[in-house]
Amino acid sequence: MAELNAHIPEGELTEKWTKLRSSMPLVNPANKRSIEVIVVGSGLAGASAAATLAEMGYKVKCFCFQDSPRRAHSIAAQGGINAAKNYQNDGDSTYRLFYDTIKGGDYRAREANVHRLAEVSANIIDQCVAQGVPLAREYGGLLDNRSFGGTQVQRTFYAAGQTGQQLLLGAYSALERQIGMGKVEMFTRHEMLEVVVVDGKARGIIARNLLTGELERHSGHAVLLCSGGYGNVFYLSTNAMGSNVTAAWKAHKKGAFFGNPCYTQIHPTCIPVSGDHQSKLTLMSESLRNDGRIWVPKKKDDTRKASEIPEDERDYYLERRYPAFGNLVPRDVASRAAKERCDAGYGVGKSKLAVYLDFKANTERYGRIEANVQNIHNPDKETCMRLGREVIKEKYGNLFDMYAQITGEDPYELPMRIYPAVHYTMGGLWVDYNLMTTVPGLYALGEANFSDHGANRLGASALMQGLADGYFVIPYTIGAYLSKELATKPIPQDHPAFVEAEANAKGIIDKFFAIKGTKTVDHFHKKLGKIMWDKCGMARNAKGLTEAIAEIQELRKEFWSDVRVPGEANEFNPELEKAGRVADFIELGELMCIDALNRNESCGGHFREEYQTEEGEAMRDDENYAYVAAWEFKEGVKFELHKEELKFENIKVAQRSYK
Amino acid sequence: MSTGNMNLTLKIWRQKNTKAKGGLVDYKLSEISPDMSFLEMFDVLNEQLISKGDEPVVFDHDCREGICGACSMYIDGRPHGPKDGITTCQLHMRSFKDGDTIVVEPWRAKAFPVIKDLTVDRSAFDRVIAAGGFISVNTGNAQDANNLPIPKVQADSAFEAAACIGCGACVATCKNASAMLFVSAKISQLAQLPQGQPERYRRVQSMVAQMDAEGFGNCTNTGACEAECPKGISLENIARMNRDFYSAKFVSEEDI
Amino acid sequence: MASFGNAFSSSIGKKLIMGITGLFLISFLLVHCFINALIYVNDGGLTFNMGAHFMGTNWLIRAMEIVLFAGLLAHIIQGFRLVFQNQAARPVKYAVTNGAANSKWYSRSMGLLGTLLLIFLIVHINKFWVMSRFTGIPTTDANGNHDLFAVMVETFKDPLLVVLYVLAMVSLAYHLLHGFSSAFQTLGWNHKKYTPIIKSLGIWYSIIISLLFASMPIAMYLGLIK
Ligand SMILES: Cc1cc2nc3c(=O)[nH]c(=O)nc-3n(C[C@H](O)[C@H](O)[C@H](O)COP(=O)(O)OP(=O)(O)OC[C@H]3O[C@@H](n4cnc5c(N)ncnc54)[C@H](O)[C@@H]3O)c2cc1C
Ligand code: HEM
Ligand code: SF4
Ligand code: FES
Repeated sequence: MAELNAHIPEGELTEKWTKLRSSMPLVNPANKRSIEVIVVGSGLAGASAAATLAEMGYKVKCFCFQDSPRRAHSIAAQGGINAAKNYQNDGDSTYRLFYDTIKGGDYRAREANVHRLAEVSANIIDQCVAQGVPLAREYGGLLDNRSFGGTQVQRTFYAAGQTGQQLLLGAYSALERQIGMGKVEMFTRHEMLEVVVVDGKARGIIARNLLTGELERHSGHAVLLCSGGYGNVFYLSTNAMGSNVTAAWKAHKKGAFFGNPCYTQIHPTCIPVSGDHQSKLTLMSESLRNDGRIWVPKKKDDTRKASEIPEDERDYYLERRYPAFGNLVPRDVASRAAKERCDAGYGVGKSKLAVYLDFKANTERYGRIEANVQNIHNPDKETCMRLGREVIKEKYGNLFDMYAQITGEDPYELPMRIYPAVHYTMGGLWVDYNLMTTVPGLYALGEANFSDHGANRLGASALMQGLADGYFVIPYTIGAYLSKELATKPIPQDHPAFVEAEANAKGIIDKFFAIKGTKTVDHFHKKLGKIMWDKCGMARNAKGLTEAIAEIQELRKEFWSDVRVPGEANEFNPELEKAGRVADFIELGELMCIDALNRNESCGGHFREEYQTEEGEAMRDDENYAYVAAWEFKEGVKFELHKEELKFENIKVAQRSYK
Repeated sequence: MSTGNMNLTLKIWRQKNTKAKGGLVDYKLSEISPDMSFLEMFDVLNEQLISKGDEPVVFDHDCREGICGACSMYIDGRPHGPKDGITTCQLHMRSFKDGDTIVVEPWRAKAFPVIKDLTVDRSAFDRVIAAGGFISVNTGNAQDANNLPIPKVQADSAFEAAACIGCGACVATCKNASAMLFVSAKISQLAQLPQGQPERYRRVQSMVAQMDAEGFGNCTNTGACEAECPKGISLENIARMNRDFYSAKFVSEEDI
Repeated sequence: MASFGNAFSSSIGKKLIMGITGLFLISFLLVHCFINALIYVNDGGLTFNMGAHFMGTNWLIRAMEIVLFAGLLAHIIQGFRLVFQNQAARPVKYAVTNGAANSKWYSRSMGLLGTLLLIFLIVHINKFWVMSRFTGIPTTDANGNHDLFAVMVETFKDPLLVVLYVLAMVSLAYHLLHGFSSAFQTLGWNHKKYTPIIKSLGIWYSIIISLLFASMPIAMYLGLIK
C-alpha cells in the first residue's frame, strides 16, 4: 500500500496557488502551436478547458458522444453556481466558502484544492458575465443571489432554473469560437474507448465514430478527461441517459487510480419513481428548499389528502431535527432524513416513498409582501395566494411546469411529492493538485475527478468546480507538464501502443456481437442498478455490501454470456454503445461496494448503518479513515488500495452539526 | 413488464442510413401506462424489438427532462407532439388515448439530413454558432461582474432568448425549413446585452450568412416556429435580428 | 472597401424586398381603391373618370406607375423564387403534417394566393390598363375625359369576369390578412405596444379593401350603378 503524492505546493494555504501560478513553467507561443491536447468531454469542464487552451495557442481536439457539444449533461444543472463574491454583504469570503465546502464534504476533501477553488470562484462569475451569460439580476441592474443548502450566506448565482444551461452555453460559445477559427477540432458523436499510454505517458486515445463505427486513433501530448460523473451505475439517477464511466474506467484500467468511488450524492428533492418503466429521475432543484417546507404526516399510514391534514398534524421533520439550518441542511442529511421517515412508515403518495415539499406558507408570505407593494391593504387569503403564486411562478416557473408535466399534478395547488435520488458522484479519478491522474500526461477535470467535494458536495459547487478546473486551473497546471514535452515530436499513430489499444477496443466490440445472448443490455443495467440502490445506496452495511459484491460478480458473468447486442459494429448502433457502458458500470459497481465496505465509518454521502450516533447522525472515524481511498486496477478485475492521508492544518476537524 | 392498459399502433419512420430509402413501418404496442413518457414507450418498443431479433428504433435523446435539446420526434404532424411548450421527452402517454394510431417521423429539412431512423444531423446549428454566436472574450479578460449593471428588463429579455435549447423544432415545423428562430434567439440574446455590443453587427452578418449557406429556407413569418418552440422563443427575436441585419448592411460601414 | 455585399441576396434581404414592395402595393391599393370607389357617387362615372384622368395624366403618378410596375415585378419574381427555394429546403416531405396546430392556412399559402392574384392581374391589366394607356379608350364622357367608366360597365356584364374578380378579391383578402402585419415583422418593426395595433389595422385593411373592390363588379353587374 503506497502513499500517494498529491504535489501540494509548499507554503501558507492562502499563498499556495498564487505562488505556484507565478512560478509555473511556461510554454512559449510558438511552441504551443505544435503541442496537441486531447480533451474528452464538452461539459462545463471540457468546453471551458478546450476553449481556454485553444485561446492560449495549443492545438486542441475535443470529443463528445452527443451530436453537439452543447448537449453535455452540464446543461441540465438547474439551481446555481457558488462564488465568494460577498455581493450580498452577508459576511461571505474566500475563507468561508472554503470552510463551508470542507465541512459540507464532511472533512474528506483536500484543503489546498478546496481553497484554490474558493479563490478562483469569483473569477468564474466575471468570466461568464463577460461572455454574455444572462445571470439573474435585481432591479438595480446588479447580480442577484440565492441561498443553497449547507451555507448561511447567499452566494449562489443563478439564471432562473437553467443555470447549467446558461453557463454551458457560455462555455460552448467560447468553444465554438475556437472551432470556427480552426483552433479546436471538434469530434461530436465520438466515444472514447481507450487511453493510449506510450512509455508510461498518456499519448492519445482510441475513439469510436458513433455514426460509422470506425475506430479512430488520435494522438496528443496530453489527454484531459472531462467526461462527467457515473451516477448511472444506479440505472435510475438524475443524470442523462448517456452519462457514463467508460472514459474514466478505461483510464483506470490503464493505470489511473480511482478515488473514493463509494461517495455518492443522493439528492433529497427528486420526483418519485412512478413505475417499472421509469428510465430516469428528474431533479427538483435544491433552490426550491429556499421556499418550500418539507413535511410528512405525524400519523403513520395517513391516507388523507395533504390539504386535509391540519397544521398541527404535520411533522416538519427537518425543522424539528435541525433548527439552525432547517430545510437548508446539506443534501446527505436531508436525504437520509426523508428515507428515515419513509422507512418508519410516514411516507406519502401511492408508493409511500415520498415526502411533501410544500410552498403554501411562502406563497402566502410572498403574496402579502406583493399586496403591500401593490397598495392592497388587509388582503384576504385568496388574494395573498393569488399574488404569491405569481411570485413563485417567476422564481420557479419552469420547475413547476416540469413537475406538472411528469406527475400530472398541479404543484401550485398541491404540495410536491419528492424523494431522494442518485444525483452526483463525488468519487472519480484520483488527481493531484495539478489535476493529473497517476498516469503522467493524463488529467481529469470536473465531475470525472474526485477532487474537491470530499464525501458530500454542497449544492451549486459542481458547476463552480467544473469551470474552475477548465478555465482557471488546468491552463496553468498543464504548462508544468507540457513545458517538458517540447522536444516530443508528434506522436506516431502507428506506434504499437496505438495498435494494441485499438485491437483491445475492437476485441470488446467483437465479443459483444459474438455472445448472441437472450437478454437486452437494459435488463442487466436495471439489475445492477437495483443491487446498487438496495445495498450501496443511501444506507449501507457490511452484510449488504458483501452480498452485493458477490451478486455483481455473478451479474458480470451473466452479462458476458447472455447479453444480446443487435445490429452491427460498423454502423450507428446505440445498443452497442450502451453495452460498452454497462460492461464498465458493472466493474465499477463492484469497486464501489468494495470501497464502501472498506470504509468503516459514516461520512457525508457514505452512510454505514453500523456507524451512527444515537440520533442517527453519521459518525466519522477520523483516526482511521481521514484518507482518500485511491484504488488501482489489477488484472482480472481486482483492486488494490492506496491511501492519500488528508491533513487539516487550517480547519479544526469537528463533528458536523447543522442543529 | 408494462403496467398500463393502453393499446397503440405506431407508424414509425425507419431508414437504415442517410442514403437508404426509408419508409413508415407499423408496430403494435399493448399495456402501455399513461404515466410513461413518450420515450419510455419507445424503450418498451425497443426492448420488444431486440428480443424478437429485430433492430431497435434509433432516436436522439439524453437528458430526458427537456433541456439538452437532443430529443426530436415529429409526432402526428407536430414537432415534439401534441402538447405545447414541451420537448418529446417531456411528453407523457396520458396525452394519448387507448387505441390511438401515432405517426412518428424525423425532423425533415435539407440542412438536417436523416442519419438513421428518427435521428438527424443538426450540426448546421453548431456551425451557425461558430460563425459568430459568441462574445470574443478570452479567459482571464473579464472585469468584475458587477461593474456592468444591466437593467433587469433587458437582462430578462436576453435570458428569455437564451433559453433556446437548439432542438430544431422550429426548423422542423416551418413549412420553409427556416432556422430564423434559432439564429435570432442567439443574436437577440447578445444584442440586448452591453457585452454583446462590440461585435453586434459583425455577428448578425456572419451568422445569417452561415445560416443561408447551410441550406435553410427563407422565413415567411407564419409563426409556426414560435407556436411549436418548447421554450417559447418569441418572434420578436426575428424582428430584432432583421433590424440588426439592416443596420449592419445599410448603416454600419464595417464590411465583413 | 465597404459594400452592400449580399444584403439583397441573403435570406433576410430577399424578405426585405418582399416586405417593401408588399407595403408599396398596399399603399397603391389604397389609392386605387379610393379612386374606384368614386363610382359610388353614382353620377354615370363622371367623378370616377375625373379621378382616372388625374391618375393617367399627373406626371408624379405616371412616374410612380413605373415604380409600381417595377415593384410588382420584383414582388412577383422574388415571391416565386422564395416559393421554390423554400420547397427545396425540405426535399423529403412529411407523411403527416398538422399545420393548423401552429399557423394559419393562408400564412402557409402566400405563394398560391399570390399566383391567383397574378392570374387575376394579367386579366385585369389586359382589360383596363392596356386599354387606357395604349390602345385607347373608345369614348369620352360629358366632361371630355376618357370614359373608363363605360368600359367598366361593359366589362362587368360578363358574369364569369365578375366571379373571377370576386374570387381574386377573396385571395387578396387572405394574402393581406397575413401579408400586412408580416411585412412589418420583416422590416423588424415588432414592438409590444405597436404590433397589436398593426395586426388589427391589417385585418381591417384587408377586409375593407377587398370588400370594396369586390363590391364594384357586383354592383355594376346587378345594375346598382349606372
Ligand atoms: C439534474 C442535475 C442538476 C444539477 N444541478 C446543479 C446545480 O444546480 N449546481 C451545481 O453546481 N451542480 C449541479 N449539478 C451537477 C453538475 O451539473 C455536474 O456535476 C457538472 O455539470 C459536470 O460537468 P462536467 O463537465 O464534469 O461533465 P458533463 O457535463 O457531464 O460532461 C461530460 C462530457 O463528457 C463527454 N463524454 C463522456 N464520456 C465520454 C466518452 N467515453 N467519450 C467521449 N466523450 C465522453 C460527454 O459527451 C460530455 O460532453 C447537477 C447535476 C444534475 C444531474
Ligand atoms: C396587389 C397585389 C399584392 C399585394 C398588395 C401584396 C402584398 C404582399 C405583402 C404585404 C406581403 C408580405 C411581405 C413580407 O412579409 O415581408 C406579401 C408577400 C408575398 N406575396 Fe404578395 N402582394 C401582392 C401580389 C402578389 C403576387 C401577384 C404574388 C405572386 C406570386 C405575390 C406573392 C407573394 C409571396 C410569395 C409572398 C411571400 C410571403 C411572405 O414572405 O410572407 N404577391 N405580399
Ligand atoms: S428556437 Fe425553440 S424550437 Fe428552435 S431550436 Fe431553439 S428551442 Fe428549439
Ligand atoms: S432528451 Fe434532452 S430535451 Fe429531450
